[in-house]
Amino acid sequence: MTFNAPDRAPAQTLAQKLIARASGRAQVAVGEIVTCGVDMAMFHDSSGPRRLQPMLEELGAQIWDRSRVVLVMDHYVPERDDDSRRIVRIARDWAREQQLPHVYDSQGICHVVVPQHGHIRPGMLCVGGDSHSPTGGAFGAYMFGIGSTEMLGVMVTGEIWLRVPETIRMWWDGALSAGVTAKDMMLHMIGRFGMNGGRYQAVEFAGPAVAALSMQERMTLSNMSAELGAQAGLIAPDATTAAFLAQAGAPPVDMAPWFTDEGAALTHHRFDAATLEPYVAAPHSPANAHGVSRYLGTHVDVAYIGACTGAKLDDLRAAAQVLRGHKVAAGIRLIVAPASLHDQERAREEGVLQVLMDAGAELFPTACGACSGYGDPMGDGITVISTTARNFKGRMGSPTAQVYLGSPYTVAAAALRGCVTDPREVLA
Amino acid sequence: MTAESLHRLHRVWRLGADIDTDALAPGHAMKHGIDVIAKHCLEAVRPDFARGVRPGDVIVAGPNFGIGSSREQAAAVLVQLGVAAVIAPSYSGLYFRNAFNVGLLLLTCAEAESLNDGERIALDTTVPAVVSPGGARLACESVPGFLMDMVRAGGLMNQLRQRGGSPDPQKASNV
Repeated sequence: MTFNAPDRAPAQTLAQKLIARASGRAQVAVGEIVTCGVDMAMFHDSSGPRRLQPMLEELGAQIWDRSRVVLVMDHYVPERDDDSRRIVRIARDWAREQQLPHVYDSQGICHVVVPQHGHIRPGMLCVGGDSHSPTGGAFGAYMFGIGSTEMLGVMVTGEIWLRVPETIRMWWDGALSAGVTAKDMMLHMIGRFGMNGGRYQAVEFAGPAVAALSMQERMTLSNMSAELGAQAGLIAPDATTAAFLAQAGAPPVDMAPWFTDEGAALTHHRFDAATLEPYVAAPHSPANAHGVSRYLGTHVDVAYIGACTGAKLDDLRAAAQVLRGHKVAAGIRLIVAPASLHDQERAREEGVLQVLMDAGAELFPTACGACSGYGDPMGDGITVISTTARNFKGRMGSPTAQVYLGSPYTVAAAALRGCVTDPREVLA
Repeated sequence: MTAESLHRLHRVWRLGADIDTDALAPGHAMKHGIDVIAKHCLEAVRPDFARGVRPGDVIVAGPNFGIGSSREQAAAVLVQLGVAAVIAPSYSGLYFRNAFNVGLLLLTCAEAESLNDGERIALDTTVPAVVSPGGARLACESVPGFLMDMVRAGGLMNQLRQRGGSPDPQKASNV
C-alpha cells in the first residue's frame, strides 16, 4: 500500500511564519504586501495619547481592543517643566478615561518594562510607537516601530499592512570573551553593514553565541536592529525565553513552531564571537564603530549608563564588575539611569547599586532621560561615552557634544580612567 | 499635484547622506507643537534651512534619509515648511511609512546626488521622474498606488476625514 506524501510546505523563515500567522495564511511569500492582525500595541507618553487622542476624537473612533494596548510613561517623566507636565497629564487623564488595563507610569523604559510584564510572547505580531520596538523580536515576536498616524490606524482597526521581508541571518559562532557583550556584537555589525544595512528587512540573530546570551543581552541585539535599519530583529525562542516569560508571569506559549526552517531562503552572514573585541562608535553615528583600541586615551567628561539598550540589570552588573572597589576619575561624571524600577530594585538587592554609588555614580530616574535629549540634556562641547543606542549629532542635547557609544563595561572603564579604555585591562 | 508639477520648478536644498530624524526634529524641541519643531528642523546640519526654505522647495539628499527615531514629526516638519518632496537614493523604512502617512512625497532616485544645491527642477509624479529644465530625466522607483493616494489626500488623517469615518486599512489589492 502506498500513501501520497503529504504536501510539504515550502521552507519558511521565522519572519514568514510569524507574518503568515498574523495574516491568517498558511504561508506568505517575500515581497507580498499583507494585512496583519495586531496582537499587542505599545506606545509611550511622547508618541501616544498626546498625538492619538485628538485624532481619535476628531474621527469619533474607539480603540479596537483595550486589552491589547500597553501605555508606558517613560519619555517626559519625571516632569521637569510645564510642557512635560502637560504631556504626561494628557497621558494619565486619557489612560483613566479610556480605562486602559495596562499602564506603566514611571516604572522604566517601555522596551524593558513591557516584556518584563509578559506582554510580548513568541508567535505574536506587535507594533510599538517607538523605533526601538524591534526589541520584542528577542522573544520570537514580529515587532516593529511605527509613527503616531499609523498607530491611529492600528488603534481603530487592530490591523496593519506590511511587506513580507527577506531575512538576513547573523550567525555567531564561538563564545564571547570576558568583558565583551551583545552591545559589542551589535556595534560590530552596524559598523560593518551601516545604518541602513538591514534594508528594512528582518534580521535574525542565531548561532551558539546568541543561544548563550541572557534574555536581556538578546534584547540589546534586537533593540539595535533599529540602528541596522531592519524592520524586525528576531531570535527564535528557546528555554531561556521560556524561563524569562515564566518569571514575568506570562501564560505558557507553544514555542515549537517559531524557528526558521532548514533550507529557507535567506542571506547568511557569519561571525566569530571568540575573536570579537570591545567596540566603540565614535561621533556622530553608530555605524562609525571600530575596536576600542582605535580610541584608547580619548578624554571623556561624562560616562552615561542608561537607556533601554544599556542600563538593564545585566548592564548594571557589568558596570559594577569594573567599578567594584574603585572610584571614578577626578572631574568625571558617572551617571546611572537604570532601565526599569524592577532592575533597579534587583540591583539594589544584589549590592550592585551600592558598588556603583560607592564608585561615585549619580543615580538618575528610571526613564529615557538623556538618551533622547528629552530630559537632562548634555552641555556644549563636552565628550560623553554612553551605553545608549544612538550618537547622532545633537541627540543628547547639544550639537557640539561628542558622543561615543560602548558597552557598560567600556563606559565604566572610561569613567574609571577618565578616557576611553579597554575594559579587559581593568577586569584582568 | 501631477499635472501642475511638471510646469512648476522646485528649488533644491542639497543635503548629505544619513540625515537622521533627530536632525529633522531635534529632541529638545519635541515637547512643542509642529510649528516650533519646524523652526529647529535641520539646525545641527544645515542651520540656514528652516529660515530659508520656501513652500514648493524640495530636499535632495544622499542615501539613508530619515534613519533613526519613529517620531513622525521628522516628516511632518517638512510638510509644515511646505517642502514639496524629498528625493534620495534610499530611506529608512520607518521614515518611508511615516512620510506618506503625513502626506510627504518621497521619491527614490538612484541618481539624486547628481543634483545641485539651488538648482531648479520639475517633478513628474506619474512616472515618476525628476526633470531638469533642459528636459533631462532622472528615473525614480515607482510608488505603490495606495501610498500615492495618501500623499494626494495630504496624509492618512485627511483621507479618513474625507471618508468621514473610521479608517479602512490599505489592502494588498491596492498595490
